[in-house]
Amino acid sequence: MRRAFAPWTDAEAKPLVRFEAVTRRFGDVAAVDRLSLDIYPGEFFALLGPSGCGKTTLLRMLAGFERPDEGRVLLNGEDIAAVPPYRRPVNMMFQSYALFPHLTVEGNIAFGLKQEGMPRGEIAARVAEMLTLVQLKGLGGRKPHQLSGGQRQRVALARALAKHPKMLLLDEPLAALDKKLRAETQFELMDLQARIDTTFVIVTHDQEEAMTVAHRIGVMHQGQLVQVATPSEIYEQPSSRWVAEFIGDVNLIEGRVVSANAQETVVAALDDKRIRVSQGSSAAVGATVWIALRPEKVRIGTEAPADTAENCVSGKVVDIGYLGDVSTYKVRLADGTMMKATVANATRLIERPIGWDDEVWLSFAPGSGVVLAK
Amino acid sequence: MIGGGSEHRSWGDRLVVLVPYLWLALFFLLPFLIVFRISLSQTAIAQPPYTPLLDLAGGFGALREFVAGLSFDNYVTLASDTLYLASYLKSLEFAAIATALLLLIGYPIAYGISRASAKAQPILVMLIVLPFWTSFLIRVYAWINILQRDGLLNDALLALGLADAPLTWLATDTAVYIGLVYSYLPFMVLPLYATLQKMDDTLLEAAADLGCPRWRAFWQVTLPLSLPGVGAGALLCFIPIVGEFVIPDLLGGSQALMIGQTLWTEFFSNRDWPVASAVAVVLLTLLLVPIVVYQHMQTREIERSR
Repeated sequence: MRRAFAPWTDAEAKPLVRFEAVTRRFGDVAAVDRLSLDIYPGEFFALLGPSGCGKTTLLRMLAGFERPDEGRVLLNGEDIAAVPPYRRPVNMMFQSYALFPHLTVEGNIAFGLKQEGMPRGEIAARVAEMLTLVQLKGLGGRKPHQLSGGQRQRVALARALAKHPKMLLLDEPLAALDKKLRAETQFELMDLQARIDTTFVIVTHDQEEAMTVAHRIGVMHQGQLVQVATPSEIYEQPSSRWVAEFIGDVNLIEGRVVSANAQETVVAALDDKRIRVSQGSSAAVGATVWIALRPEKVRIGTEAPADTAENCVSGKVVDIGYLGDVSTYKVRLADGTMMKATVANATRLIERPIGWDDEVWLSFAPGSGVVLAK
Repeated sequence: MIGGGSEHRSWGDRLVVLVPYLWLALFFLLPFLIVFRISLSQTAIAQPPYTPLLDLAGGFGALREFVAGLSFDNYVTLASDTLYLASYLKSLEFAAIATALLLLIGYPIAYGISRASAKAQPILVMLIVLPFWTSFLIRVYAWINILQRDGLLNDALLALGLADAPLTWLATDTAVYIGLVYSYLPFMVLPLYATLQKMDDTLLEAAADLGCPRWRAFWQVTLPLSLPGVGAGALLCFIPIVGEFVIPDLLGGSQALMIGQTLWTEFFSNRDWPVASAVAVVLLTLLLVPIVVYQHMQTREIERSR
């Protein structure tokens, strides 16, 4: 079901939100720089980037707290630049939650409904519905300061969803939670979004969070979207070295193209070794490219593989990072290049098969690497 | 000796805690006990002007005689003579109305300062405190000049054509209210500003996001959240205004006296120290209620900000 949802591949699909060459400047700095983006109804879209990349500014433009200096922001095809925040059919969950400390949990959730002039009985029913939705039944009479961090987060979510908005904006919604609770809440958020079928736009600097919850991720850097794609595409087919390095761990190997066609690319790198990648490239022979190779796709062994002519290098282990589930080996190659290989610890590791200063072979399949031209 | 150091430190801690208690005992409890003891005495033409006096050299017998000489007669006098009751009520009325006026004027000022740019705020706060640099008495005297028949206020009203003839300002309740509001305004503005200034602006964004226009957000979010400041400011003004003497004495008329003036009259004109002391003790008891309320609110505020 989740797999089949891909309106961005459908030329007929109408976006819920469209950014058209939007620019927002603060002084001389363009926080958002000629950015265009479509977000579709029912989508869970993540804006991912380092702090200061402009992702929060983009979100605040949707909420109405910021106006574009140039370009247009369209909601259902209508320019919403002049619509004040209190008239927009979107709601936001704030990073600090921004719960009203003088109101109870119920009062907080009912706040937006009261503004609409909803009848008392309907408000009570909706509040009860929301409390059930976020599993806070029985806590409606508490004040925010009597709740735990996780409970407060749920109240903020319930309050933002109470008005049944066309779109929910989430600004770093889980940043204040501890790691374990954050991981649980990510899955809950995903389920919730699927259940209530509302468009969610989340801003986060946590790539794991973005990859867990979102249908598509927009990776932002210096006010621009550098790649918009599904989590697996972003991870497996990053569009540039910057994206490859920002998302997860990666080995970047610089080299020159030896041959390239539509099916595969061969690159000379690491002291004239041959690296074959089963990915087409339009790069000219002799051009400088980079091979991005995820550490978990690198095999490591103390014995030389059968074929050492291609996609195979040797070096010495200089560091081992034991993380419980996986171990990361840092290997220095003959020419001084450092490469990382991650191995799942499938069995209990009382005696390591590979230790410090061991001579090891690193190899990888042609389907593992990605050729990057920039 | 193990633990000697920590024992030493705990002694230091105890001393530090003792300081406020010592201060309060010496400058609050002791004077109060003296006043209370005088309030139980009878007036006399003597030095000091009341009896009985405790003669410590007389031993136990003298002490028993002293205690027998004390009585609550003065409190009975206070209750039976409507002059005192009227005076207390007038004071409470002045304090209540003046506090309401102070809130109406002080809130917009404090709100304005809290909304000003971060650079302007300290300057504006300093300007609010600036009148303190001139003696309180001089400022009240200045108001006599402004409010008198040929004073600045009447000059201005006549010049602007707002009045045909000079109006009587001085020696009226209006003059007292002007003096009270003017003098106590900083005490109202500062606590209000302190509350409004630390308010989280994200709350207003959240209100707007939930469909609440700006003006309504003020009533539904800003005002309720500033209530601790309103309470602090109101009590900081109300409590001293009830016992105010200088302002009603210099600017007010003689028709209705505030309790401070009544006390002054008993003490200096009638030379009746015991009744004056009884007036003071009752006033303190009356004010204890709002003081306790204020304390309670402060404690709650501290707990909430934790």
